[in-house]
Amino acid sequence: MVGKSKAMEAAKEIVIKTEPFVVNFGPAHPSTHGVFRMRMTLDGEVIVDMEPVFGYLHRGIEKLAEERTYTGCIPLTDRMDYLASMSNNFAYVLAVEKLAGIPVPERAEYIRVIMAELQRIASHLIAVGAFLNDCGAFMTPFVYMLREREKILDLFDMVCGQRLTYNYMRVGGVSQDIPDEFIPALKKFLKEMPGWINEYERLLKENEILLARAKGVGILSRELAINISASGPVLRGSGVKWDIRRADPYSIYDRFDFDIPTGTVGDCYDRYRVRIEEMRQSLRILRQAMKGLPPGEARSDVPHLIRPPVGEAYARIEAPKGELGFYLVSDNSIAPYRFHVRAPALINLTALSDMMRGWKIADAIIIFGSIDICMGEVDR
Amino acid sequence: MTLALSGKEIAKQIEKQFPGSVVESTADSLLVKAESLLEIAGYLKSTRGLDFDYLTAITAVDFLDYFEVDYLLTSLRRNHSLLVKTRCYGRENPTLPSVVSLWRGADFQEREIYDLFGISFEGHPNLKRIFLWDGFQGHPLRKDFL
Repeated sequence: MVGKSKAMEAAKEIVIKTEPFVVNFGPAHPSTHGVFRMRMTLDGEVIVDMEPVFGYLHRGIEKLAEERTYTGCIPLTDRMDYLASMSNNFAYVLAVEKLAGIPVPERAEYIRVIMAELQRIASHLIAVGAFLNDCGAFMTPFVYMLREREKILDLFDMVCGQRLTYNYMRVGGVSQDIPDEFIPALKKFLKEMPGWINEYERLLKENEILLARAKGVGILSRELAINISASGPVLRGSGVKWDIRRADPYSIYDRFDFDIPTGTVGDCYDRYRVRIEEMRQSLRILRQAMKGLPPGEARSDVPHLIRPPVGEAYARIEAPKGELGFYLVSDNSIAPYRFHVRAPALINLTALSDMMRGWKIADAIIIFGSIDICMGEVDR
Repeated sequence: MTLALSGKEIAKQIEKQFPGSVVESTADSLLVKAESLLEIAGYLKSTRGLDFDYLTAITAVDFLDYFEVDYLLTSLRRNHSLLVKTRCYGRENPTLPSVVSLWRGADFQEREIYDLFGISFEGHPNLKRIFLWDGFQGHPLRKDFL
């Protein structure tokens, strides 16, 4: 007996000495959702510090745009957040219209809103599915959500013949009117989708593993969220009721009735909940927009080459990932003098190291997944 | 609707606090001197009634004679916005004060401007290239690059 207690005493005195070490996470890692690299300083399994490294997908879009006509820049915007190309198109054409003072027909406004809201659902489906993938629900929820996203892609395919880079919106409207079969297909989708969302909720809302892994993890406080200029579900997950569609209505968003879901503590679970609720709100907007869709032209008469007057304009929208803004400067030529993108995904990453510090590697993947980024937009 | 504050109105207020710091003001923007940028930004952030707690975006434009750096500020509490501009001259080593101490959202955006325009931000905690690699020659978004 004496010997045992002596051994226990000795064991108490052993202090495990650890030393921080650096691990490169990414750029090519399935959990980084693209080519994102994190230089993690770890103490055992715990993250002491994290430094994000960008630039693996930098294509110089802002520079390329300076040599293209205003219409020629639209395909470039598709290639930024390629999971939400319609939203990118939308923000860009709004900026050009603001700069050049081009009117948009009523019907085109409605079509744009329908596309933007469908795109929000599609993007959130990927965000939520990939987030659950990161949580360890390997592929099942992700494939469920891809199934519904497919239906949205079919709708987009109908209007523009593309499934990823739509290049659908034009300065002064949209490239072509919606075909006759679109509205019945949209009706069918709107009828089915609430049931699908309920299905995810049945599977996941009270799921013990999800709750254990996402609740209270990666908290972004309200003050910090505002200070780092977070936007979109990341900002609303932290309890800030700020949605550009409501705060600064663009296009015709002041005509629709919808709620702004917010979180309370700003953890990963809140951000996930906000996205699920936003899909339901998008469905509400879609129903109203479909009902209100007026007949008429889908595109106003715009000259082939647009020469906006000298000046600058900033237009912003509530994209699925946050506030997407385009800052354009014109020198009265056919190409923008300066084309700047306020990329929500890049700015939302500012607080990532704060959110990760003190958590383990497995949590870091969830925290990163809950922000929902698209490297095409981060690096541009 | 976010109210875009008139640069002229704000210019009057700022001139009272920091005489000689405003260069020009129009209905929708405010051009301030680079030396007084940081104190004006602090004033805009902390003054009651202005409360610019949210830095929407920073961007730079190369006009060859000078670089213009634009700060888009928003107040989430009061739902109004303001466009503050400043200029920095010289192409060798243009420098501006960093606003990271006020809004951390400026962190990556100032690094982006440093990377692509070559404008240094004094007081930035981690000023290095963000998209391009160290050792890259030149700053691509300058008009005289290529």
